[in-house]
This record gives sequence, C-alpha cells and structure tokens, in this order.
Amino acid sequence: MTDIAPFLRSLMSVSGVSGYETPAADLIAGKWRPLVDEISKSRLGSLHALKRGSGKGKRPSIMIATHMDAIGLIVTRIEEGFLFFDEIGGIDPRILPGTPVVVHGERDVPGVVVLPPIRSLPEQSRSGAVDLPHLLIDTGLLPAAVKGAVRVGDTVSFDTPPVDMAGEALSGHSLDNRASVGALTVCLEDLQTKAHAWDVWAVATAQEEETLGGAATSAFQLNPDLAVVIDVTFAKGPGANGWQTFGMGKGPVLGWGANLHPFLYRRFKELAERVEIPVSLDLAPAHSGTDAHAIQVAREGIPTMLIGIPLRYMHTPVEMIAVKDVLRAGRLLAEFISGLEPGFISEITWEDESAE
Amino acid sequence: MPNRPPVSDAAALRNLARLCRAVAVSGDEREVRQIVQEELKSHADELKVDALGNVLVTRKGRGRRRLRVMLDAHMDEVGFMLVAEDGEGLYEFKVIGGIDARNLAGKQVVVGKDHAPGVIGAKPIHLAKSDELKHTISVDALRIDLGPGGKAMPGDRGTFVPNFRRVGPSLMSKSLDDRIGVALLIELVKASPPGIDLLAAFTVQEEIGLRGAKVAGNYFEPDLAIAIDATPANDLPLQYEGENTFYNTKLGLGPAIYVSNSGTLDDPRLVRFATKTAERAGIPYQFRQPGGGGTNAGAIQRAAAGVPVVSISVPHRYTHSAMSVSRVEDFKNTLRLLYEMLRGLSPAILKR
Repeated sequence: MTDIAPFLRSLMSVSGVSGYETPAADLIAGKWRPLVDEISKSRLGSLHALKRGSGKGKRPSIMIATHMDAIGLIVTRIEEGFLFFDEIGGIDPRILPGTPVVVHGERDVPGVVVLPPIRSLPEQSRSGAVDLPHLLIDTGLLPAAVKGAVRVGDTVSFDTPPVDMAGEALSGHSLDNRASVGALTVCLEDLQTKAHAWDVWAVATAQEEETLGGAATSAFQLNPDLAVVIDVTFAKGPGANGWQTFGMGKGPVLGWGANLHPFLYRRFKELAERVEIPVSLDLAPAHSGTDAHAIQVAREGIPTMLIGIPLRYMHTPVEMIAVKDVLRAGRLLAEFISGLEPGFISEITWEDESAE
Repeated sequence: MPNRPPVSDAAALRNLARLCRAVAVSGDEREVRQIVQEELKSHADELKVDALGNVLVTRKGRGRRRLRVMLDAHMDEVGFMLVAEDGEGLYEFKVIGGIDARNLAGKQVVVGKDHAPGVIGAKPIHLAKSDELKHTISVDALRIDLGPGGKAMPGDRGTFVPNFRRVGPSLMSKSLDDRIGVALLIELVKASPPGIDLLAAFTVQEEIGLRGAKVAGNYFEPDLAIAIDATPANDLPLQYEGENTFYNTKLGLGPAIYVSNSGTLDDPRLVRFATKTAERAGIPYQFRQPGGGGTNAGAIQRAAAGVPVVSISVPHRYTHSAMSVSRVEDFKNTLRLLYEMLRGLSPAILKR
C-alpha cells in the first residue's frame, strides 16, 4: 500500500494561507506531475491536474476537489516591533498564545504568538480569554529589524512541525485540508494501475477557508459532469462528541444533505460495503461548510458528493488525523472512479433516496 | 582537575541549548541533573546529590579566609502530570507550577522519559458557542492527546515541546526559566576564581515552593548567596493610553539586580556590591522593580541561621509558556557580572 505519510508531512510543512497558496500549489504540482497528463493553474490559483480516461471520443469528466489553502493570520499593525494581527479563516484566539508562526514578510520571519501581560490590556479585556485584537507576535527581532522585514498585510502561517503520534496518527497544522490532498494523491496513485473510462480532474482548490472562490471558479472552468469533494470533518475528542463527530481511525465519512446528491451517496455507500471500507454517515443539513456548497451550483448545477476525513482539533496548530483514514478515503475514491461507466450520468435519478 | 579557564559565552550558550532540550518538571529533574553532573564531575572537589535531588557542587579556592559563596540556579521547570487515562490516547492532567491556563490549548507537548509527543487540543471553533470563546478554557476541560496508540501512565510528567532557537539578538525557548541560570552556573563553576569557595546549588522544586533551595542552604551554610534566575520582564507596550509602569525589567538593559520582592529583602551590602562591580567593569545593569514574584533567594535567606542574599536575573518575556524570549546580550552580561562579582568578593563586604 502507498506510504502517504512522507508526503503528508511535506504538506504540513509548507505554507499556503487562503489567497496565498503558491507554496502549497508548487509542492502538490511536483507530486502530481508524474501521475497526470496535464497540469495548470486557474486564474484564482487553484491547481488543475487532468488524468485522461480510457474512453473513446468525448469522455465525461469527474472533478475531485480538495482545498489546499490553510487558515492563518494577517498583520494589521506593528508597534515597537510587536505584530498585531487578524485571522484568515476562523480561529479561536484561545489556542494561539505560545504558537510558533512564520511571518511571510520580505523573507520568512519566525515568531511566536504571545499572551501579553494582562496589565498591558485595557481594563475591560483583562478577565477571561484574551481576544484576537489584543494578542501579538514576538519575532525576537529588534524594532528596527522588524521594520525592514515585515509590513502590514503580510500573512502569517502556523509553524508547528509535523509530529508522528502513537497509533499511526499525524499531528500538526494545515491537516485541514492537506489530509484530503493526501487522499487525492493516494487516489491518483491507485489510478496508475486501475483503468478508468472517465477523465479525472484532480483539483487543489484555493480560498476555501474564506470564499469557496477557488472551487466555484474551477468548477465553472472545468465544467465536470460530477464532482466529489474531500474535506476533513470533526473527529471525536475532548469537547467534540455530538452527532457531527466521528471516531478517528474508524474510516472516512460520506456526506448526506442538501449540498450533496443522494444518488451519489448511495453509490458510495454500496461501493464502500463491497470493498470493505468502513464508513459513517456525515449529516450536513444545509450548508456543508465545504467546497461542495459552491461546486453544486456552478454552471447549470453539478451532482456533487462529499467524503470526509475525521480530524481532531480542527483549526488549531495541532490538528490530528489517522493515516489509515487518508488511505481509505483515497482508495474508496479510486474504486469509485474506476467503476464509472461512460453512461453513468444517465443513471442518476431522484427516486427512492434515503441515507440508509 | 582542569585549570580555571576564563568564562566562555559560547560554552554557556551551547549548554543553554542543550539544557533547554531537556525536560525536568518539578519533582523529576533527572535530565538536567544528568547534564550538570556530566559537565561538572571533573571540576568539583565534591559533588553530591542530596535527598531531594539537588546537585550540590563544592569548588574550593586557595589561600586563607575564603568566603563560602553559594550560587543557586534551579533545575526544574513548570509542566504537567498525567492523572487519569480517558482511553484513545487521551489523558487528564494537572499543572505543576504556575502556568496560566491561557497558555495551554493548541500546544505541542512531550510526556514521559522518552519524550513521547503529545498535543493539548481544543474543541474546534466551529462547534464552540460564541459565548464560550470569551472564557478561558479551564485545565479540567483540556486533555493531553498522545495519539490513539498512546501508552503513557498516570503519574508520568510532561511539559511544552523543546523548541530552543537563537534568532538574531534573542534566545527563544520553553524553560528559559531557569535553564539560563543553570547554564550560567555551570560556566561559573568551571571558571570559579580561586579567592573563594564556590558552593553551587543546582536545585529542585523551585516552581512549587523554593523547596530544594531551602535544604541546599541548610547543607552549605554559606557566608552569602546569589540566586541566579530568569525574571519576567512584562515590558510590552500598553494597549491603552498611558505608560507601562508595571514592568519588572526591560529586555536588553542588562542583568537585573533585585532589591526586594514578595519573598526576599535582598541584602543591601550585596546589592551595592553588585552595582559597584557592574559600574567598575562597565557592565550594563538594571534594578528588578520591587514587587511581587520571588526567587530561591527567599528560601536561602532564611536557611540555616540566615544567609545574606541577592538575586541576579536575566530578563525574559512570556514566562511559564511554550516559548519565552530573552536577549543574548543580557545573558552574556549576566555571566560577566557574576564572574566579576566572584572575583571581587572579600569578607570585608559583609563587615559594612
């Protein structure tokens, strides 16, 4: 079986804050180039990789979308060499103090988010959690050196190194959604030896965490017949035990809800049973919170499906996944793609849907 | 025994990096104790590990009427103890020493003798109610996660992941408090001037009540003592109109000489000797602003039949967090000042 862990570690070591995905895109392009027939970038910076199908003539196409952008910070103000910042993507400020970061300035400048002395805060901000506008970054550099290296508007990435955890798990930043980029890579590797009739667009989308803009525009440009989104979902863990959460390492999850086509859900469910990959039902009553939301309404509408990889501590610098969930998601996807008949689209119906 | 080399900044900084990579939570200082013993076994006239785990090193001088000078640096750091296992690699933990709970969530940690990697996660923001975000996450709600195959045991200790780095003018790491002191003291023992008996106490359990220093003071019964530590600077800009009047020290202004704090009235003769020595040698220094906080000097002052003490500290920011920041220049100047003090000490100083 593919050992995807080394590539995942690389993905977790590269920056790519939403809107600034180039370093991640370059890494992914390098990995995918030998696995696909064509590779290019969209106007918004999404990576489009085409692996042609074996069918004759005009082939239908499936788009697999995994967002490659990561949450991060953006410098708003510099005072006495300290950097104040805002968030890109949703960040709980309570997880930030003590987090190592890299400021993408004139050059990459390492730093750390710090909790300021409480008495340096306005009276009304002293009790409870310190909110985002009052946290700052210390680079260890003197104010004059900071002035030459960092400007307002520079983005900031988390800099926690990837760590191998007990039980074949990985922890670090940006596993949301680089874990899914890893799964799509597993799928492309599987497809090297599995025939598929359809054209496959492997897409690493930009800007998911802020605008879903990469997915929306890539779906328009590529105009696929079907789309599957892979994104991370909530794993069970401290503070996370409700219906939205799934056991880490217990297999990928299949999305069910308004953004997703029920026929595709059923096909994936049946397929998972057939190939003996454990899956769970991931309910997304309205907005799925993923690229599927945008892709479904691209062009004249695209039947879209969502596969989730359970992840602990989403949007923190210490996200965690089980590597086998990544492998299983990739393998399930490859099985689905290789099983697509040229006429599959005409089979899609709106009869008898239920999640069972 | 090796000759007495001049003090070396470079050697002290090398040792600091190594010491910061070690894990030594109060009550289990083994890793730092081993480094200290290894560094000093060939420089000591006596080296003893006492009942609490303090490393007590005697380096004798030559000549008559030598002062018995105790230097203290604590080996322990703040951290955690695992107290219960939840399954799936998750552990409940309690904090050891004064860690602000606001510094815990989202951090990488290490646990146990093998430094098994762990993380302290947090509930995804997507699942948190907006009201929740205003409140500190209590330690009770946090877990240390070693991954689904985690095999730690309740009773194991851990702390923030080692992360020492030198960036431009700064030293950045967990546990600068008080690996800075340990690194300086190792160097001072090696270079100890011959006019005194140097009694070096590498102490345990400072962070949970100055307990190692108390028995070390009783053991040595020194003529005087200097506690070497890292002091919180609190020198950040105010985020409202006004002036920062609560800072303890400022980074970059040199060694911080204490005059008093919540646990100690530093001996005025030693304070004056420290400032005079700095002025004569052209070493920058600052006073640590009187106020709260304390060092082992408090315990040593009241050890045995009483000991004249002074604290000299290297300023650092963000104490007891995943990463503190100190200045290389302050570290070097503190080494110089302490060395010059040891060279200049004489019994006359205590007769004033």
